[in-house]
Amino acid sequence: MDYVNLFVRSIFIENMIFAYFLGMCSYLAVSKTVKTAVGLGAAVVFVLAITVPVNYLLDNYLLKPGALSWLDESYKNVDLSFLSFIMFIAVIASMVQLVEMIVEKFAPALYGALGIFLPLIAVNCAILGGSLFMQQKDFGGVGESAIYGVGSGIGWFLAILAIAAIREKITYSNVPAPLRGLGITFIITGLMAIGFMSFMGISL
Amino acid sequence: MKFLRTKIDQLKKPFGKGEKWEKFAPAINALDTFLYVPDHVTRKGAHIRDAVDLKRTMITVVIALLPALIYGIYNTGYQYLYQVSGGEVAFMDAFLHGLWKVLPIIVVSYGVGLAIEFAFAVYRGHEVNEGFLVTGMLVPMIMPVDIPLWMVGLSVAFAVLIGKEAFGGTGMNILNPALLARAFAFFAYPTYMSGNKVWVSEASHVDGVSGETILGSLAAGHDIHFSMFDMFSGAIPGSIGETSVLWILVGAGILILTGVGSWRIMLGGVIGAAIMGLLFNLWSANALMSFPWYQHLMIGGFAFGIVFMATDPVSAAQTTRGKWIYGILIGFLCIMIRVFNPAYPEGVMLGILLMNVFAPTIDHYVIEANIKRRKKRLTASRKLKTA
Repeated sequence: MDYVNLFVRSIFIENMIFAYFLGMCSYLAVSKTVKTAVGLGAAVVFVLAITVPVNYLLDNYLLKPGALSWLDESYKNVDLSFLSFIMFIAVIASMVQLVEMIVEKFAPALYGALGIFLPLIAVNCAILGGSLFMQQKDFGGVGESAIYGVGSGIGWFLAILAIAAIREKITYSNVPAPLRGLGITFIITGLMAIGFMSFMGISL
Repeated sequence: MKFLRTKIDQLKKPFGKGEKWEKFAPAINALDTFLYVPDHVTRKGAHIRDAVDLKRTMITVVIALLPALIYGIYNTGYQYLYQVSGGEVAFMDAFLHGLWKVLPIIVVSYGVGLAIEFAFAVYRGHEVNEGFLVTGMLVPMIMPVDIPLWMVGLSVAFAVLIGKEAFGGTGMNILNPALLARAFAFFAYPTYMSGNKVWVSEASHVDGVSGETILGSLAAGHDIHFSMFDMFSGAIPGSIGETSVLWILVGAGILILTGVGSWRIMLGGVIGAAIMGLLFNLWSANALMSFPWYQHLMIGGFAFGIVFMATDPVSAAQTTRGKWIYGILIGFLCIMIRVFNPAYPEGVMLGILLMNVFAPTIDHYVIEANIKRRKKRLTASRKLKTA
């Protein structure tokens, strides 16, 4: 039940977009058509699902204060947590490289459509955010952190999927000129967040 | 009638092309078409032709809303007088008291909304659309009786400006404006929108009044002292228009017979909620879960939401199969929020809003699947020909 609870929480209640507004840049830029949105969303799910548990292991066996004590008792007082940012980013960047190569090889059309935003996943705040929230939440094991990673990835995926479909729908709407483009997208995001408020406070 | 026509034509003169008040033409045209059916005819291009225009559609919805509204007005007075006197309540007394309470809310809702619509129409130079006729009627019906009037005005202004005009007006919005108005008030002023003192008028000034809604008392773990008949006929505390399942069903009948509301969405919602309710009944870990599923369909805003809000043709799913999915998911979500979410006793509003958000996604995939199926059929038939 704990796993289910964590999974649902990370998708809906602590949604990366609608609760924390993380990963907005690619969310706004790549949500013009559903097809590219699905591609980027899948990439984010993949990267989050791998980086969060890997970073969990790094954090617990390398970086935390006292994490190195498995090597030798004398390392008990070593605190490498000042390195966590750079370590997390290194892991994320290498994962993104991997994703990029896979996408380029197997879906060249999607690779072209995603353009610069695929390598930019490396600095997507939702992904670094996933790792940092993992660190803060003090999960009990690799399993929990993996579930959290997948869940928050799916949450982000759902968000970009929904907004892409909405933006496709309103392509021909007579939106007031000053609001066209990003302005109306921000308004839609806010309205969508009201819809997602329905999950606020759910406990399974 | 001819006299009226010539009078209006005279009045319209200064608004004509090149005249003094040309800018304000949309405002006067709106008044004109409110009284007379315009004789504009589509001249070219492919269109769906139908004798019913947007205004008649909207008026049909308003007519369908009237039974529930009239009962709601009566019930407002009835709940108040019943709590105060405790005995029999005469119909007219209750109705007049209710009218005294509800009419100002309706006036404010229409006043603020129409003012913004007219201002936008004049400013942007398009005709006034009739979409607000329904929204302006829906908003008072889903508010608690005791809501301050400025709050009604503010939430209507938010819903019309941000929810509708920012997207280009009637027919373009992604969320149902009336529900958006309620959600705005709900999240901005929670103390006025929930609890046990707001559902009966002036309950906060009278001692010993128990004005809790059924869902509220369920969530708080109290006993329910209403019979099934009360739930069905609507003599229970609640938002103004939502209580009477009977009169809402009459409205649903009008909507389905005229083809204005989608029966697929309504039936889908009922099926979804019934399945979810049955599942929880089987599980029945607490009082809320073991609450009978058929009573879940009768209490709260479920009937009202699924008949009048979920079927909004603009914000709902638009494909046939999409409507089924959309309706069933609303039913699921509604019961799920009721049972699982201690913060919100009622889940219809948020369930519909969430599905409004996902309706374009559903449509997209339904259409995509359709295209795929047809392509397959095409290649199959081609193979047959060549073989």
